[in-house]
Amino acid sequence: MSANLKPNTKKSFKLMIVDDSNIMRRRIERSQQFEELQLVGTAGNGLEALELFKKTDPDVVTMDLTMPQMDGIECIGRLVTLKPAVRILVISALADKATAVEAMEKGANGFLNKPFTDRQLNEAIAELLC
Amino acid sequence: MLYEQELKTFVDATTNFFSVAAQEPASIGSPYLMEGAPSVHEYTGIISISGKREGVVYFTAPKAMLTVMLMKMQENDFSHETMRDLVGEVANTISGNARRDFSREFVISVPSVLSGEKPDVPQHAGRRSFIIPINWRSHSAKLVVSLS
Repeated sequence: MSANLKPNTKKSFKLMIVDDSNIMRRRIERSQQFEELQLVGTAGNGLEALELFKKTDPDVVTMDLTMPQMDGIECIGRLVTLKPAVRILVISALADKATAVEAMEKGANGFLNKPFTDRQLNEAIAELLC
Repeated sequence: MLYEQELKTFVDATTNFFSVAAQEPASIGSPYLMEGAPSVHEYTGIISISGKREGVVYFTAPKAMLTVMLMKMQENDFSHETMRDLVGEVANTISGNARRDFSREFVISVPSVLSGEKPDVPQHAGRRSFIIPINWRSHSAKLVVSLS
């Protein structure tokens, strides 16, 4: 078998992006460079995220915190209850340590502050996928 | 009442936003006390503050500046809605970053956005407001911080 025909053994992960800003959702989608991540949908608040999560069963979620209707902290708790193995990267402007600690205690696996560079985003996702 | 160190927190957050998100540093002027009614540009993103401090933080910018910012951010949608989204996100990011110094008792709202020639910006009698001038490329914008 030639190298070109070798089956792709990389595991793929379903990705959901949650942020109330369209610009941020597009930015995350455009900037992430992982072939193994397949975007299954985006949501603009925690409630939409819960519905989409039940329909698409993502493995990886990027989660904003300050959102209308249901904030990110509450949504993280709900998603982890539905699927304990889900990996959640919080991407938020909230820069105090207490908020990061609370998000991690709810079940988030990583925390990235806005604004961020493409490199910072990809490093944070890489850590999440380890 | 706002203290010098607290204003520096917003200056630093604004500086960081333009360097990282807009990929080009802005020149941030010295904050000064606002007198009279606020003058705003075409788009204004407003964050209400509650908790230990109360008030508003808003970012106001002209459409031309927002258009160039979107280009620098690799965006290709320059619609009215995207302009509104951007000013809200800038105000949200700068206010959220300020929690590094103000702590989590500095509670920020989701952004509300005003657009048009003479929008009605919320004002509170007796609360002093400071203007932080922002010059980026050939454009001028403002961050206004009004906290009790």
